[in-house]
Amino acid sequence: MSNDFTLLLPEFLVTGLAFLVLTADFVLRPDRKHLLPWLSVAGLGCILAFTLFRLWGEAGSLYEGLLLVDGYALFFKILFIALGAVVVLMSMDYVRRHLSHPGEYYGILLFTVVGMMLLAGSGELLTAYISLELLSFGLYVLVAYDRYNPRSNEAGVKYILLGAFSSALLLFGISQIYGLLGTTRFDGISEALAAGAGTSPGLVAGLVLIVVGLGFKIAATPFHMWAPDAYEGAPTPITAYLAVGSKAAAFALMLRLFTEGLLPGAPDWQLVVALLAALTMTVGNLGALTQSNIKRLLAYSSIGHVGYLLVGVAALGAVGEDGGVSVQLSHLVSNGIILHIVAYGITNMAAFLAVSAVYNATGREGIADLAGMARRAPHLSLVLTASLFSLAGLPVFAGFVSKFYLFNAAAAQGLLWLAGLAIFTSLISLYYYLNVVRQMYIEVGEDMSPIRVPALTTGLLGLLFLGMVFVGVYPAPLMEAIQHASDVIMSSDGVLMLAQR
Amino acid sequence: MQTLDSYALLAVIAIPLAGAVALMAVPGDRRTAVRYTSAAVAFVTMLLSFYLFAAYDHDRGGVQFERTWEWLPLPGAWPLGDQGISLALGLDGISAPMMLLSGVVMFTGVLVSWNVTDRGKEFFVLYFVLLSGVFGVFATLDMFFFFFFYELAVLPMYLLIGVWGSSSDFGSFIRTKEYGAMKLVLYLVAGSVLVWVAIMAIFVEAGLGTFDIRELEGAALSPNFQKLFFPLLAVGFGVLAGMWPFHTWSPDGHVAAPTSVSMVHAGVLMKLGAFGIIRIGMQIMPVGAEAWMPVLVGLGTVNVLYGAWSAMGQTDLKYVVGYSSVSHMGYVLMGIATLHPLGLSGAVLQMFSHGIMTALFFAVVGVIYDRTHTRDTMVLEGLAKRMGLTAALFTVAGLTSLGLPGLSGFVAELLVFIGLFKTYPIVGVLGIIGAAATAVYILRLLARVFFGPLGERWKDQVDASRLEAFSAAVLVGFILLVGLFPFPFIRVIDVGVAELLARFPGVG
Repeated sequence: MSNDFTLLLPEFLVTGLAFLVLTADFVLRPDRKHLLPWLSVAGLGCILAFTLFRLWGEAGSLYEGLLLVDGYALFFKILFIALGAVVVLMSMDYVRRHLSHPGEYYGILLFTVVGMMLLAGSGELLTAYISLELLSFGLYVLVAYDRYNPRSNEAGVKYILLGAFSSALLLFGISQIYGLLGTTRFDGISEALAAGAGTSPGLVAGLVLIVVGLGFKIAATPFHMWAPDAYEGAPTPITAYLAVGSKAAAFALMLRLFTEGLLPGAPDWQLVVALLAALTMTVGNLGALTQSNIKRLLAYSSIGHVGYLLVGVAALGAVGEDGGVSVQLSHLVSNGIILHIVAYGITNMAAFLAVSAVYNATGREGIADLAGMARRAPHLSLVLTASLFSLAGLPVFAGFVSKFYLFNAAAAQGLLWLAGLAIFTSLISLYYYLNVVRQMYIEVGEDMSPIRVPALTTGLLGLLFLGMVFVGVYPAPLMEAIQHASDVIMSSDGVLMLAQR
Repeated sequence: MQTLDSYALLAVIAIPLAGAVALMAVPGDRRTAVRYTSAAVAFVTMLLSFYLFAAYDHDRGGVQFERTWEWLPLPGAWPLGDQGISLALGLDGISAPMMLLSGVVMFTGVLVSWNVTDRGKEFFVLYFVLLSGVFGVFATLDMFFFFFFYELAVLPMYLLIGVWGSSSDFGSFIRTKEYGAMKLVLYLVAGSVLVWVAIMAIFVEAGLGTFDIRELEGAALSPNFQKLFFPLLAVGFGVLAGMWPFHTWSPDGHVAAPTSVSMVHAGVLMKLGAFGIIRIGMQIMPVGAEAWMPVLVGLGTVNVLYGAWSAMGQTDLKYVVGYSSVSHMGYVLMGIATLHPLGLSGAVLQMFSHGIMTALFFAVVGVIYDRTHTRDTMVLEGLAKRMGLTAALFTVAGLTSLGLPGLSGFVAELLVFIGLFKTYPIVGVLGIIGAAATAVYILRLLARVFFGPLGERWKDQVDASRLEAFSAAVLVGFILLVGLFPFPFIRVIDVGVAELLARFPGVG
């Protein structure tokens, strides 16, 4: 099989861009370093355009199916490149004020984007593992980037220790699978599971280890302990990146793994994942109630959202009473998961951007420090409020549509109890989001002088706000692209085989 | 005309939203511009709601002004194809008067908010978003969008109450506006959690792949399912309708809210709850509804008596009106529960009548509070001597509330009572006792606050301004219209009620 390397051009280009940024860092005079992020954004913009206009609709695989380039992978690649560009843009002000060594910062950031892109295209477990490590290693550095800040250091240490631990679990799980099934490819796993290999305890142990390993990466309860500390300590743009990027990437992998690979074994893992989801959203949303730091609050809220996404993962296959798996509505569920990833991504980026802008201007990130913000920075407060409402799942914002779609799909797969619990926990979340809104709009702060928000930040906030509203009011165009992406995993051999039964 | 008509419902939802967006563009410090833009938007919307009500052809009946836009397909092998979620709009005999009510309350609400000076622009933006949600609920025939607009109407409440509301000091304790706002929002969203679960369950059980209420009506869900899930909907919507024992948010919320928000909230928003029970609960799950109606009638009775009892003990004008709302919403629930054509028509007419009446109540209380800065009935004395017009308006609202013939409350409650005596005679007697109790607290209030000897402190009070008087006069006009000449309303409502009851096999 010949390899068509043009399919991998986006990855090559982003890697090249990362090296270009690192090199430019050597060459540029210190007072010209502010050009580095612009270089990154311009590069990412070109690559985004290339991927969107030249590659969209292509399909193929490289290296004997280790890397897949299909509608699913391309959808996420476009998402990740766009996300990378947004993170670079929101970092500009923050890095200039609070961090040193901008060259490495942006360079490493670009490498992690490559990791995420490869993750979405992985067709087997080891490639996925390596991509995940590429992403994680970059993140370890970035989380601890504020090196004179003890909190940032603490965050880095916690993150790297637990990250390494979870990687080990993941690898151990993969080795277990390989030992018992003789393959690490998703299609091979699916075939072996369908042939009745699901009963072996060793295999179940392997699956559990993989779920636990990924559970650490996405901060699912009870593997979430690192997340609030890491989120609080990391530079705010990196917190946003952690909350959105690394989670979206891990879910891109999980979604493909659980449909293309593990769906025939759904009776074995559905309940486990469902319980994990129930626990995650409950703990995440209850934990957020007592927070006084806005970044920690958003950390717990994002744990809650991981729970919602896990509801979708648990519902990927409907398990009948006879133990058979029905995939009639799996398409609906996978659409829901992807839609929620996108909606959650846009929303959380907006929220973190607002928080970061407040921090840049005031040096504070407590919830009480937001008092009177509606008068100090009206547009920023509006966007932050909108994103909190979106996270709580209220119309007209993206979060409402995506939650409704996702939970409804889960209910249609027979998990009404889980969907009901998810809705109930989002009621809890409304309480703590409203408390933030109260600070901004109702309370009066000591310092009521207007805050200067850079034009770039305001523009970006406006863009994300429009994105939230657009997805919330008219999701059909986005859904068409999502449909295109999930068509791929839904027409994989494993799923088709289940559908025929 | 036909094509324009099919856009009318979309317009009535979109105009307030467009108004909100337009207002954002107006500089906040130009108060006059903000006010006149708001008034213009509200006026146009009200005219449109007049048109929708007047143009509803009661001879033809059924769903009119119908229009469907595809919104989001749902993949899956559904029997009806990839219909998915669509924005289906349409008006029937029950929602047509609700449109009119919303339009009237919206416009008068803008007029009484003329003096909102603190962040006035933001106030009207949120107010219009709220109203857009209200119109959407009454106009839509799709469960998803019903829920969408329902939540949209709840969303701005927190800020509207929290920012522009007022805290009340009761000496031994303080009810802050933040408390009222948070309580209200959490109660309503908790109710909508139940509604959401029930909506999903209906979608799954029907298995049609659509949220269109008319399609789901034909799905004939199994009786056991209906009996299991109807209470979820009834309680979920019942929270918003002020159903006992989930009504406690309502007086607290009303008291904390600024005048126009109280008007919209008690006047229109509480009706959304009762409307939801009818639209989704009874239309889709008639068997379940029929099985649970005896419980609903019981809860409605408790509402009427308990609400009236509580109102008697209040010393804050807004709490009196708030509890009287709880009491009057009880008649709506009782009327619905009769499943009798007259009782149901009475319930719908009571929704309209109470909406107008309570808006008038809150508008007048707002005038008094604005002048005197108190709502304490122990302090306010003999206001009629200085505020004759205000007193007259309050008297009209009060007499409507206690069911004086010739005013709208009488017609509505009479119909409910007739329906009750045909189905649950004992409850009917209790309902009349409730009406008598209303007379006690209203007359006592009138005697003390308005028509007693003038208190020393109130010697220099000024009466309602022309604008306030005008907006109240509009409301009084509707009270008299329904009270003296109810046919234009009854004949439209009857069509809707007859169509609804045709879904109930066991009912004549």
